[in-house]
Amino acid sequence: MRYVDEYRDAETARALAARIAALVDPGREYKFMEVCGGHTHTIYKHGIEDYLPENITLVHGPGCPVCVIPMGRVDDAIHIARQPNVLMTSFGDMMRVPGGDGSFFDSNAEGTNIKMVYSPLDALKIARTNPDQQVVFMAIGFETTAPSTAMTILRAAEEGLDNFSVFCNHVTIIPAIKAILDSPDLRLDGFLGPGHVSTVIGCRPYEFICSSYGKPLVVAGFEPLDILQSIYMLMLQLSEGRCEVENQYNRVVPWDGNPVALRVINQTMEPRTYFEWRGLGFINYSALKLRDAYAKYDAERLFAVPGVRVADPKACQCGEVLKGVLKPWECKVFGTACTPETPIGTCMVSPEGACAAYYNFGRFSRQRVREATQV
Amino acid sequence: MTDTEMYQPGTAHKTREEEVLDRIDRTRRARARVKEERITLSHGAGGKATQSLIEAIFLEEFRCSELEPLEDAARFDIDGVRLAFTTDSYVVSPLFFPGGDIGDLAVNGTVNDLSVSGATPLYLSVGMILEEGFPVADLQRIAASIRRAATAAHVRIATGDTKVVQRGKADGCYINTAGVGVIRHDIVLGADRARPGDAVLVSGPIGDHGVTVMLARGELDIAADLPSDTAPLNGIVAGLLAAVPGVRAMRDATRGGVATVLNEIARASEVAVVIDEAAVPVRNEVRGACEILGIDPLYVACEGRFVAVVDGAQAELAVETLRAHPLGAGAAIIGRVVADPPTLVLLNTAFGGTRIVDLLVGDPLPRIC
Repeated sequence: MRYVDEYRDAETARALAARIAALVDPGREYKFMEVCGGHTHTIYKHGIEDYLPENITLVHGPGCPVCVIPMGRVDDAIHIARQPNVLMTSFGDMMRVPGGDGSFFDSNAEGTNIKMVYSPLDALKIARTNPDQQVVFMAIGFETTAPSTAMTILRAAEEGLDNFSVFCNHVTIIPAIKAILDSPDLRLDGFLGPGHVSTVIGCRPYEFICSSYGKPLVVAGFEPLDILQSIYMLMLQLSEGRCEVENQYNRVVPWDGNPVALRVINQTMEPRTYFEWRGLGFINYSALKLRDAYAKYDAERLFAVPGVRVADPKACQCGEVLKGVLKPWECKVFGTACTPETPIGTCMVSPEGACAAYYNFGRFSRQRVREATQV
Repeated sequence: MTDTEMYQPGTAHKTREEEVLDRIDRTRRARARVKEERITLSHGAGGKATQSLIEAIFLEEFRCSELEPLEDAARFDIDGVRLAFTTDSYVVSPLFFPGGDIGDLAVNGTVNDLSVSGATPLYLSVGMILEEGFPVADLQRIAASIRRAATAAHVRIATGDTKVVQRGKADGCYINTAGVGVIRHDIVLGADRARPGDAVLVSGPIGDHGVTVMLARGELDIAADLPSDTAPLNGIVAGLLAAVPGVRAMRDATRGGVATVLNEIARASEVAVVIDEAAVPVRNEVRGACEILGIDPLYVACEGRFVAVVDGAQAELAVETLRAHPLGAGAAIIGRVVADPPTLVLLNTAFGGTRIVDLLVGDPLPRIC
């Protein structure tokens, strides 16, 4: 299949792996964080770690949009969905995220109507065909999905739809990376930059990571060869003593991002003073809310959202996993109390969550599997 | 030897990670429980939640030697005749889709459950649950489709039932079919019969039905020229059983897809199944749709394909036999059975890595970015 198979070629992968191995200093450990959950998913789905020398470790970062949603926001969404005449919509990944009192699936079993959509425009379509209902779209995601929410709000305004609103939970990636860099318990050697976010924000916003923190970053694509090549580029920077922002994903990511997308975000949304992240706590200016001019599309203003803070379950160590301090299997409840079918933490829910990816794809001893899979 | 001391090929000491993995393995073998207070859609999706529901509620209440193996059909002897008996309900939406409709699906699904149990399907029942207001013309169309499918599969509709419920209490038309068939005494099949050294085959490209129905719902704005694979498997299965004595187990890969079937076999036989991704036949249309939606074709339902585990020495004979049948033109050997690590399904990815293929959790949900 074109545009897919050429980025998954095993021959090329072996050649790249050899070049990575040649750059490794055997006396040194390398830790690279892939910021984006999409990368985590690719790494496990294709078994990329099988190509890496033992002293290169990939640390899974906070860029899974579902994983960073705090429990209180799920409860707020369910509260909105329980109001009379409300039809709530959200992406499929949100349906199983546990709130303080169950997930959207559980809430639907109790009688709410929370529908899964593939795009906010589908929610708008539902609003058009159900004029007697208030259709709320629970918007989640980084700068990747914010433009489509923004465009949908603009479209609703254009059409004069008054039964559509957005429960905005968009977050921004830079404050999260900064929070991780400022976290005292983590030592990283470099970053695989989030490819899809970068199609919108470009590569410049990452420059502080090199200049202020001395870590290299390579914006990476989502096919397995993209990731191997990005690791090679990071290794090359380290071996040559360089520390730069580089763009491996230049077939999609323009250096300056997408000005049209940035403009529509900016037109409809503004930064919140603070926002709670699952496991990371409150981070200043790390999320977006609707501007006053679009107040009539803001579910937080249309409905009395309780805004209750629900503390993460004590046993849950999603925060440490999101920061890359713990590997998924090092969490106390991983795989026993917390599994994909009965998740305690968000990292176990989304296929992009580090715990779910490890549990579903990587839950085995590589040693044993090497023995099992050799013919 | 204690539990934690098992399996240490090549290593004298277990790493901490391996200890954690063993602990998880023990948790997974623990008795199934339903923790939810109400039924959610996940309980019907064919993955882990469905399995827990069946084991924790139905098997607990109905336990008997015929039900216990949880095979596609129950097998028992009456007066020296070996019978297979099965039932299945059909709630597909939309009712009509490219390549089929709820009618032929309801016949083929039950015929196939009997066929992969080693039986020759003979008689079917058809139970109809209709919603007030459902067009008679559509019902006529479905009935004609049931008749054609039954004729094609050489089974007779011997009994039936009709119920009508109020508007809004059902989605047009639901169908339940049950079926009986006879099994030759020399045919012994079971998901617990896979042995190290066996080969794993599929009878054709996977995922056609699931993707066709998803696209036919019209919610995705993706178009592909793809029909469902719904078909009766009794002919091709009979051919395989006649030519290849070393068939150990067969399952039709319906809800939950090939991945779920392989997990059931690995669990029941206490073996590992190793699959080569590059060897799994998937049509480009299906691959493309799955790439866009972020789902894995291994979990997508088929309605006219089955997985067979056969003696490794007869793998080539089996695949040639399958390919000689019109429904098996795309048959392939996709992997093999090994001893360790038991109950796991492993995948050698086309990219050259390895990973687990686990039971699906919840609905196959699209990824958002």
